[in-house]
Amino acid sequence: MLKVENLVVRYGMIEAIKGLSFEVNDGEIVTLIGANGAGKTTTMHTISGLLRPASGSITLDGVDITKIPAHKIVTMGLAQIPERRRVFASQTVEENLDLGAFTRKDKDGIVHDLARVYELFPRLQERKKQLAGTLSGGEQQMLAMGRALMAKPKILLLDEPSMGLSPLLVKEIFRIIEEINKQGTTILLVEQNAKMALAIANRAYVLETGKITLEGTGKQLAESPQVQKVYLGG
Amino acid sequence: MNQFFMQLINGLNIGSIYALIALGYTMVYGIAKLINFAHGDVIMVGAYVSFVCMNMGLPWWLAVIISIVACALLGILMEKIAYKPLRKASRISLLITAIGISYLLQNAFQLIFGANPQPYPSFITLPALKIGVITIQSNYYVTFIVSVVLMILLTLFTNKTTMGKAMRAVSEDEGAAKLMGINVDTTISLTFGIGCALAAIAGILYTNCYPMINPTLGSLPGIKAFIAAVLGGIGSIPGAVIGGFILGMVEAMTRAYISSQLTDTIVFTILILMLVFKPAGILGKNVKEKV
Repeated sequence: MLKVENLVVRYGMIEAIKGLSFEVNDGEIVTLIGANGAGKTTTMHTISGLLRPASGSITLDGVDITKIPAHKIVTMGLAQIPERRRVFASQTVEENLDLGAFTRKDKDGIVHDLARVYELFPRLQERKKQLAGTLSGGEQQMLAMGRALMAKPKILLLDEPSMGLSPLLVKEIFRIIEEINKQGTTILLVEQNAKMALAIANRAYVLETGKITLEGTGKQLAESPQVQKVYLGG
Repeated sequence: MNQFFMQLINGLNIGSIYALIALGYTMVYGIAKLINFAHGDVIMVGAYVSFVCMNMGLPWWLAVIISIVACALLGILMEKIAYKPLRKASRISLLITAIGISYLLQNAFQLIFGANPQPYPSFITLPALKIGVITIQSNYYVTFIVSVVLMILLTLFTNKTTMGKAMRAVSEDEGAAKLMGINVDTTISLTFGIGCALAAIAGILYTNCYPMINPTLGSLPGIKAFIAAVLGGIGSIPGAVIGGFILGMVEAMTRAYISSQLTDTIVFTILILMLVFKPAGILGKNVKEKV
């Protein structure tokens, strides 16, 4: 579904991503794990078109999206839940969800998906008239996820969904990620919380200073001594 | 007492014009993080376009429509040619460019129409309104009503329509807005278009009240409206309206009760005090710089 090949991304003179290749197949949960500064968010932003790579290519369902502007990539079925959620704080929960469906014209489909989002996150329905900026961190994460689902993506990119949340909430969020995946959405997950990410991933990659250093199934990586030592505190 | 009411009406009149212009400053700032110092000159362009149209014999309403459309296009063009290429440049480059555009417009119009003031054919000639002993001329109440209606329409547009919500989303977080599929370029163009259309209307209302036009007529109301936007909290739409009316009132009252020569001094003093003690303005938020 999503294929990244030899991706190079620079910030001025600094090369943040140094020839990155990986792929995500239909229906999978794939995770990229890595420390701070490994290039996880840069990778996510480049895929969704917020950043432009210096070289390399990104294809979505066989279509080259490397040079397509961010707002058009959304219409092709790729949505991203950005790091730190970035909900529109001065707009209500409902308005945030409406903006998630900005590119869609199918009214019935939107109503259906809104009901689905409220089913996944009953909390959002209770607070639909509340300003997003007044929600708790966990609720904002739910809103960011709901907002992305409103675009009806085929593939969903999640950037650090566990950041700043209590262990209990992290568990809940990961349960919902699995649920979304079961309902048919492919997932690319970037996480510092390697333990949780590897537990739900079909396949995983380890990203270190802009390059893939290890890959395998979620289980293989969780059991790899190297990953255990560096990322799982074991 | 009568004099006080007359000044109140004067204040509401000029205040509503400042508010209309301030809306353009604040909307553009909210979206593009740019103080468009050429915004005041759009008022002048609006006045001249309607002037030329009416001199050609067109009816006033057609002249108004043409002027609004022309200024909206001018705003969009200004953004595309001058500001868009600088979107990644420092704020100071944008500011200097804006001042450059302002001079360009003033001098271009001076070249075409000459520097001498010309009489403007005021066309708001409804019967005056009499309330007790007070008489309100038609251009005063028309200015007020038109401005208030436009402000209500603009608020409905930004709060209720999808495009308006998209506009607010872009002004809050451009990157996140792109992730929603919002075309940021289109949104910015639309904002410049609406802001400059409002400026055109403000220009026409202004010259109906002060019926002489010259190529620098937009500078002073432009800078006053900028102060109004800062006073209300730049980036905030209700803030611009409140700021505009406060400024209009302060001016009218100063002129009547303190000294007509001191009005500008007092207005600019307000700006300085505001920047020192409450730089975010009345309704503005304290924005932390993003790292």
